[in-house]
Amino acid sequence: MAELRASTLRPDLAVIAHHVPDGARVLDVGCGDGVLMAALQRDKQADARGIEIDPECVERCVAQGLSVVQGDADRDLTFYPDGAFDVAILSQTLQTAARPDHMMRELLRVGRRAFVSFPNFAYWRMRWALMSQGRMPVTRHLPVTWYATQNIHHVTVKDFEALASDLGIAIENRWFFTREREIGEGGANWRAEYALFEVSGG
Amino acid sequence: MSATSHIFALPADLPLDSGQSLSGVEIAYETYGALAQDKSNAILVCHALTGDQYVASPHPVTGKPGWWERMVGPGKPVDTDRYHVICANVIGSCMGSTGPQSLAADGAPYAMRFPVITVRDMVRGLVALLDGLGIEQLQAVVGGSMGGMQALSLAANWPDRAARVLAIATTARHSAQNIAFHEVGRQAIMADPNWRDGAYYTGETTPDAGLAVARMAAHITYLSEEGLTEKFGRRLQDRPDGTKGAKTFGFDADFQIESYLRYQGSGFTRRFDANSYLYITRAMDYFDIAEEHAKDGKEGKLADAFAGAQARFCLVSFDSDWLYPTAESRHLVHALNAAGAPVSFVELSAPFGHDSFLLDVPALDRVVKGFLDG
Repeated sequence: MAELRASTLRPDLAVIAHHVPDGARVLDVGCGDGVLMAALQRDKQADARGIEIDPECVERCVAQGLSVVQGDADRDLTFYPDGAFDVAILSQTLQTAARPDHMMRELLRVGRRAFVSFPNFAYWRMRWALMSQGRMPVTRHLPVTWYATQNIHHVTVKDFEALASDLGIAIENRWFFTREREIGEGGANWRAEYALFEVSGG
Repeated sequence: MSATSHIFALPADLPLDSGQSLSGVEIAYETYGALAQDKSNAILVCHALTGDQYVASPHPVTGKPGWWERMVGPGKPVDTDRYHVICANVIGSCMGSTGPQSLAADGAPYAMRFPVITVRDMVRGLVALLDGLGIEQLQAVVGGSMGGMQALSLAANWPDRAARVLAIATTARHSAQNIAFHEVGRQAIMADPNWRDGAYYTGETTPDAGLAVARMAAHITYLSEEGLTEKFGRRLQDRPDGTKGAKTFGFDADFQIESYLRYQGSGFTRRFDANSYLYITRAMDYFDIAEEHAKDGKEGKLADAFAGAQARFCLVSFDSDWLYPTAESRHLVHALNAAGAPVSFVELSAPFGHDSFLLDVPALDRVVKGFLDG
């Protein structure tokens, strides 16, 4: 039954939910309407906390009984003590950070491990749209124009791996997804619409 | 809804933060909904500065509905079909709990002989009430404004007494601006010749003019500029005889906002005691949870105050509240995060200023219900 429920999560969230240990202390940064937190509490008996910037999402979370704080991850992570969480989660939010490198450091300061997912800007449809039209791509996975998008730091799989290396962050695991399905690692920087990494302080 | 009125006489003297103590303390409280056999379903609702125990039943003086009827009752967010709701008049107030108008040991009203109390003293009284009722742990303590201060004070000082702490439109400490507005109110009362150093209980007259001005000044701080403009703008007040409002080139209440404030001020004097107003505003001005937890001469840190907290917390602020603005709630949230406490926080959008917590804000209903039931 738990597996069935988990399958209703977005694929990257389902992978995260599967890999979070039972009873873990979890911080979900940019938790949205709390769907992952709810699954973690229900299926993993996790002690889950969230940060979310959108007040309507926060309200929906609190109305479900989740512990979610309305705040800005760029600013508010600093108020959490070192090592307060076993797992920190940053799903589809890294590319919106003012300084993704700072956010990665903060994430691994408050959490011993982190799951980070992001849209891969080197996905072949992006490359093709940019090459053929010479304009910033607007796709199914990144549907907002360049001037209105919250994604201010587009990143590729290779960029993220380089950042991890620069910051001395160890990559423990990686998963890739296209069209809401997990795909293999081969040629991921071309083939993956988005990526999920499990990292630790190294 | 149906409520039961009670008076609880404290079995022992109540020690106070000032070092004094108060004997013969009585606490007047209302209860709603049935208490479970194991006493596990009690929710303590704490009232604001000029509030009282009539949270969901008619006020005995004004006859008006309870001050939070929209929130407390059968099927409401604080659901009296599920929870046993307790609301007590704080000490220092004037609706039945011991305060400056109560009689001292010599048979005369305390007046200004009443000791200066703090928010923590009020909560100490409430804890004594819970002890008397045999309620070891509340399902939740809930309050807005000064009620929120009491909820936070309970969590900081008696961390095992509440499983949930819901503090709305409140702060961990009174700011200079908060103190300033209260001082205007106190000075208005004390400048009224009928105040007579507080010894007005035996005379013919009470310091109504001063208390009304205090209420008028405070009332402005409870509303937003946007709300005032929308409700009153610069509109003129029609005369009681029906003539159209006009500038009188005098000092009548020409503007609707003047008329409204005067009405609020005079109505307030019928239900509230001027000395209680002095004592309770003083208690709020002294409120500073971090300072209370200063140790070894070092400045207190708010996170330390909540270091032993076991409860789940929920804080709510309103974007139009300039009395206890969102920054104050955020300050608390950061301290609770640092203390590792499970905390929720949301800033809700509402046009009514500080008073939003009492008014029609459906998002608040959903948050309150979700937090209490979750």
